[in-house]
Amino acid sequence: MLNLKFNKLKFLKDIVENLDPKFEKGGKWEKFAPIYETLATFPFTPKHVTTKGAHIRDGVDLKRTMMTVIIALIPALLFGMYNTGHWHYELLAITNPAEYGTYIDFWTGFGDKLLFGFLKVLPLLIVSYGVGLGVEFIFAMIRGHALHEGFLVTGMLIPLIVPADVPLWMVGVAVAFAVLIGKEVFGGTGMNIVNIALTARAFLFFAYPTKMSGDKVWKSGTNDIIAANGGEIPDGVSGATPLGDLASFVGENPVVNGEDLKGLVGDHSALLDKFEAAYTPMDSFLGFIPGSIGETSMIAILIGAGILLFTGVGSWRIMFSFFLGGYLFGGLMNLIGVNAYMDLPPWYHLILGGFAFGAVFMATDPVTAAQTKWGKFWYGFLGGIFALVIRVLNPAYPEGVMLAILFMNVCAPLIDHYVVQVNIARRKKRFKTA
Amino acid sequence: MSKTIKLKKGLDIKLIGEADKVTVDAKPSKEIAIKPTDFPGLTPKVILKPGEKVKRGETLFFDKQNEKVRYVSPVSGTLKEIVRGAKRRILSVIVTLDGKDDVEQFEPVDPNSLSRDEVRELMLKSGHWPFIRQRPLDKVANPDITPKAIFISGFDSAPLAADLDYIARHQGEFFQKGIDALAKLTDGKVNLVLNKFYSPDEAIKSAKNCVINYIAGKHPAGNVGTQIHHFDPIDKGQFVFTVKVQDVIAIGKFFANGSFDSTRIVALTGSEAKNRKYYRTILGTDVSAIINDNLVQDNVRIISGNALTGENVGNDGHLGFYDTQITVLPEGNQYKFFLTEGWLGLGFDKFSSHRLFPTWLMQNKKYRLDTNLNGEERGFVVTGEMDKVMPFDILPMQLIKAIMVEDIEAMENLGIYEVAPEDFALCEYVCTSKVNIQEKIREGLEVIERETM
Repeated sequence: MLNLKFNKLKFLKDIVENLDPKFEKGGKWEKFAPIYETLATFPFTPKHVTTKGAHIRDGVDLKRTMMTVIIALIPALLFGMYNTGHWHYELLAITNPAEYGTYIDFWTGFGDKLLFGFLKVLPLLIVSYGVGLGVEFIFAMIRGHALHEGFLVTGMLIPLIVPADVPLWMVGVAVAFAVLIGKEVFGGTGMNIVNIALTARAFLFFAYPTKMSGDKVWKSGTNDIIAANGGEIPDGVSGATPLGDLASFVGENPVVNGEDLKGLVGDHSALLDKFEAAYTPMDSFLGFIPGSIGETSMIAILIGAGILLFTGVGSWRIMFSFFLGGYLFGGLMNLIGVNAYMDLPPWYHLILGGFAFGAVFMATDPVTAAQTKWGKFWYGFLGGIFALVIRVLNPAYPEGVMLAILFMNVCAPLIDHYVVQVNIARRKKRFKTA
Repeated sequence: MSKTIKLKKGLDIKLIGEADKVTVDAKPSKEIAIKPTDFPGLTPKVILKPGEKVKRGETLFFDKQNEKVRYVSPVSGTLKEIVRGAKRRILSVIVTLDGKDDVEQFEPVDPNSLSRDEVRELMLKSGHWPFIRQRPLDKVANPDITPKAIFISGFDSAPLAADLDYIARHQGEFFQKGIDALAKLTDGKVNLVLNKFYSPDEAIKSAKNCVINYIAGKHPAGNVGTQIHHFDPIDKGQFVFTVKVQDVIAIGKFFANGSFDSTRIVALTGSEAKNRKYYRTILGTDVSAIINDNLVQDNVRIISGNALTGENVGNDGHLGFYDTQITVLPEGNQYKFFLTEGWLGLGFDKFSSHRLFPTWLMQNKKYRLDTNLNGEERGFVVTGEMDKVMPFDILPMQLIKAIMVEDIEAMENLGIYEVAPEDFALCEYVCTSKVNIQEKIREGLEVIERETM
């Protein structure tokens, strides 16, 4: 048995060894070397040895680092699939109680929900990876190097931060835009200014707002149900997300889960009680709420955060300060409290919408985050604050985390600049006092 | 007076293959080489022709930019060959031993009785000056400057490094003479820096005419650059000289005996070497005198120096000018299946500063690391990894980027005057993107020398 396994490996190794010369300079298929290298270096760490400097090198490489992030994303992906299935069947449970009535319970119909979610999310993954890697391959060929690993994580992130019903072609266009304009024009992996996955999401958000926001996109199948009902939203059905409802608290027409609460305008605690009843803290924490595919469950995100922190791949400074910034600013808004949204307890903000997902997986992207130790702290702290500023003070964008992180991406070099200046000043001071 | 510094940052790479503390005679060397490549920035002018006789201590070549600095033959013999590389750059000057011992003899003299100029002239003339290196620029010291201090690191913290105490044993008299000579060269002090947690040999511990400071921590605590940074940092326009322990002894022997002493004790280390001991041999020897019959297998890399900063010299190469160690490592030129020994394997055989391998929980495990790059070169992605192994108040990533874009002002501000490539060896080791960082630092130093000095 063991012997067999060994032979299979030997067989694979022989194939690679035999193909190598054909792709080398002057070889028959030299032009396709980047593609070959990409494919060959996946199953085998290449036999490159050190030529200059340190003769031994750390065991880690970008592939392993990126793979760790992908593993950290898997809980969010799996939960997201199930959650997508659940909210789809929740709609059916309301419109067709005879057949699906019991599915209103989160865990009833486990298999059906998981299968539906799987079939909904898988095409998104395929399109995201397919288009992204396609663009990357073209640039790898032009530049004559193997594919760089950056997109492995981006391709996984993008499906997790879009609503389940977003049309596949839109995802394709957004991914192509993000990889091309967000990354390749700057020089590829490691050179980009803003996070690629968020670029894709921002593109979708601003190019196709009707498919990315409002209350008809968050539960898979909402539009079908509306169409079947003659263009009217059926009674009892609500497609809103918690953040959408909260945004309505700022205006004159507060709504919670489809229920009109005009009568409660001005009564902050009553509005928030209604909200808390609809989206209990426990449901929000566990992720039993509608939202983008991967963002809802704090549990799944915390597992991912645990993996990133344990391995040191994600910066604890950024994660911690992002949550801290959000929490403190939430508290500050409580003190002002001019509307019900401002009076939402600060901890509630952290478990709603994409806040946690952004803090753990988006803000910590090392390429676009601040790079210095203290810079990371300020970057996260300000990111958490801006996320809430945009969420609460500008209800046109119910989800502020995406824009806050993109904004902080642009600010990161500035933050680093000041941290570096402090270092320079401190270093100069040594000679003055001495 | 003496200070103690504790470092929090750094990394000890624990390799298999330390040398036993036994000293034996190496096989007689057939030839030696003095390699201009050991001296960054040197343009040699060879004054002998192949076939000519040369005495021990007689000049082989001098530095075209500063003709006072001479490089002498450590043995008596015949100039065999001047090996040239691309653009006719001289790579090494090889001397075959003739078995005789004709010596360029000087008068033994007590350095304490000499003036600064006399010590300097004597060291320049006798070929001992190249043992002194300067910071900034990490090259052979410019004899026209007076440094503000001289630093000697009393220990080496690099992977499998030779134990300098052991090498210096019973040579305290010469070590002291060497320090006395060096003390003449500076207006400041000779700083001897010792390991806080290790009681050194009497020969080193009892040194006088110098300040003894202590440092504690992981590698690069033993790097002289780390020590200068913490005890007497270099500002723009300031200079510090550095000398290695064994070279201080050689300088001391010269003043005691009047001749160039070329005996060296070299540790044979590394997982692919057997009979790992300390070998008594000569400066610049062909490494075959030491590694002959002492290799475990054939597919190895023979490094003069340590695994982080040494030079790949091959089976036919020669010991580097400043080296006290030969490291033999397995070559990593094999494909590694990703799930077993490759990038996604469990990695019980991989040492990493990142917590992505289970081995970060096994603090005392020793490793048989090979020379595989363990990946491919990429743009910088991961941040903060270098800061953890850099015990300088210097931002390594920012300095490297300043060098890459040749931003001279930023390089100056970020500390280029304080560093040498070896100070960044660990940054290079831990770099996820496999960038050759020591090479970048050297390029930065070259730019700085060209533009500002």
